[in-house]
Amino acid sequence: MPTGAPDEGSIETRTLEAFADTVLPGAKRAPDDTSIAGRSHDAGAVEAGALELLRTPATGLTSGLPEFAELLNDHAAGYAAEHGLSAADGEPPFVALAFEDRTALLRNLTSPGHPEKEFWVMLALFCNMAYDSAAHTSTPEAIAAGHPGLRAMGFAAPDADGLLRFEEYSYGRPLARLHPDTTPSGSPA
Amino acid sequence: MTTTEKTDVLIVGSGFGGAITAYHLAAGGARVTVLERGPWLESRDFEHDFLLGSSYTRAFDFTVGDGMSVLGGNCVGGGSMVYFAALPRAPRFVFERQGSIGRRMWPSSITRDSLDPWYDRVAEAMGVRTQDWSDVSYAGGLWGAACDHSGRTANPVPVAIDKDACVNCNWMMAGCRFDAKKSLVFNYLPAATAHGATIRPLHEVQRLERLDDGGYRVHYNVVDGEDYRVTAGSGAIDAKIVVLAAGAGATPVILQRSEADLGTMPHAVGRYFSGNGERLNTAVVDEDRVRDVLGLARDDERAYEAFQIGKGPCVANWDRLDPSLPEYSRYSLEQLYFPPALGTILAQVPGAPSPSWFGADKKEMLRRWKSWLIVFTMSEDDNEGVFGPPPPTGNAVRLSQQMLGRGPLSYRPTANTQHGWASADAEVKEILEKDGIARVAPWTNDLVGAYTVHPLASCRIGDDPHTSALDDRHELRGHPGIFVTDGSSVPGALTVNPAMTIAALAERSVPGIVEAARARGLDVTYGAPAPDGATSGSGNVLTTAGRRSS
Repeated sequence: MPTGAPDEGSIETRTLEAFADTVLPGAKRAPDDTSIAGRSHDAGAVEAGALELLRTPATGLTSGLPEFAELLNDHAAGYAAEHGLSAADGEPPFVALAFEDRTALLRNLTSPGHPEKEFWVMLALFCNMAYDSAAHTSTPEAIAAGHPGLRAMGFAAPDADGLLRFEEYSYGRPLARLHPDTTPSGSPA
Repeated sequence: MTTTEKTDVLIVGSGFGGAITAYHLAAGGARVTVLERGPWLESRDFEHDFLLGSSYTRAFDFTVGDGMSVLGGNCVGGGSMVYFAALPRAPRFVFERQGSIGRRMWPSSITRDSLDPWYDRVAEAMGVRTQDWSDVSYAGGLWGAACDHSGRTANPVPVAIDKDACVNCNWMMAGCRFDAKKSLVFNYLPAATAHGATIRPLHEVQRLERLDDGGYRVHYNVVDGEDYRVTAGSGAIDAKIVVLAAGAGATPVILQRSEADLGTMPHAVGRYFSGNGERLNTAVVDEDRVRDVLGLARDDERAYEAFQIGKGPCVANWDRLDPSLPEYSRYSLEQLYFPPALGTILAQVPGAPSPSWFGADKKEMLRRWKSWLIVFTMSEDDNEGVFGPPPPTGNAVRLSQQMLGRGPLSYRPTANTQHGWASADAEVKEILEKDGIARVAPWTNDLVGAYTVHPLASCRIGDDPHTSALDDRHELRGHPGIFVTDGSSVPGALTVNPAMTIAALAERSVPGIVEAARARGLDVTYGAPAPDGATSGSGNVLTTAGRRSS
């Protein structure tokens, strides 16, 4: 079940959550959760910890987040005006966009040739990493805590010492003819 | 008055190009100092952890360029710490390639035959062995079976892995915790230090300056061990001989930054960069078809679901390494594992409208992650990469504390390169989608450009002074006493994993460096055995070296 509650106090948080939810969408945490579009039936990047990761100083992004959120809302306001969309009361412009419009805008911002492409790609990469590798938290701890991304992917749990080992690893039989020009060193001729 | 430290031979970087030359020169009697910009990590430091700041991010560098991104090692042992220990020799036709210059790009003195004794030497030192099918992972087996099903051959790849120590954890790309992967910290580097070589981690070389006595002063910054963006000091060391082995993404940058002091660089410094023609495809496997069509099963329950299990690339298809095919149409197709983050973000959803690296469909694809198979293409690119003006320090403007930086490399793939990529993509699709085994899509180039883990050729050897930065002895043209021995010296794409060839070229370069050192008054000899004392491969090498110096 979805966990956590939407942050109603911060435009920055809601905007970044909506961005992360566009990268890997999740389920709404509550009926009035506007940051998460609700395009999935289980946890997405936000619940996986995207905001925690973005706010980890090691990313190098942290100090720029207010600017990212402001810029994203500027782009969203422009997008809404261009497409004749009306603004929802009290919502940051990016949060006010429908999921398909958020997706279209993200596609545009990260497309080759966009002058700000590198910034948006970086932001999206870290949102993605929160889900597929939980880079804001230790992996053995994340798995033990049931991190939603690693769990959904089926990432194996490590042994008690935090290390992975796979005793069974091979079909163990020949599965193809070797290339006829293989040298005794096992290399191509 | 300050005194500058002195050494005989200063080596920049501790990967294959640095470790091999460090060992032989130290064993031959030279005072050797190795400066390595990354940390010194030991086996116990290697964690199975994606947490930012763990060994995984400390040992790697991911440098985003304009149209090409480079993933490289950043620790003592360099690329050997983060490689997959796949060590095939380059096929014979590679050395006859013409590439973008329209004539043979390799020096006339180098052919597969002339390089084989040096390959033998590396095989002996690194413990390279052939694998059989019982060694290969489920993913490698699946790729082999799919190749066979479509009428092709497939080969277990030669590796330097201790099969008894390997636990198939698939973390070898981030350093081997179990001492199974034979990186340079098990052979050349300890042998070098045993002969008195000094290795200094977290020392990032910035530039070289020529001294009145014909030697060089090497300026470095000390990098903070946690936040690589922070400089913790600086200094300089004087040396008679400098060996640059900082990697193809950094060596040309150091030389470009040194140009004001050293004088004009050869035209080819920072040009002709090759990404080894690399390209990745991700397949999402249909488990039922794996069982029904290929006849594979792990047990009663599972046919595959084994993407996470294994040890990097195990099985390659070499059918297109056919010397009769035209240039730019030859490539190998190698099964490969990339861990999450690096290996998932750029994957696109098979069958979905592009771009599909993000969104709802991508999330569903991640749910099937255990059924993924990645196929890695190494083709013949066109040496298109060019390095722009160097950043203020290092080889990139670091964005994150570790790992992520923005570099000056730009890469515009030509029609030749794109033809190679497209042909390989089409063949992977043909093999894996036959009879519904899987659905396949190539990685996107839209986000960080093309992507290489094997950067090459940014400072290459050759016979032509205009298109090569180094002569066939690896000495920088017009700058005697500076040698380049890393992947940047390799003239072009190799169509296979390049570590074996980089290492063989480094071995081959040593007699010439010894000669240069002796000419500068250093009492150095050549002829040390392999790092563990083995000499079975050295007879041929000594004969070859003798011929070259006579």
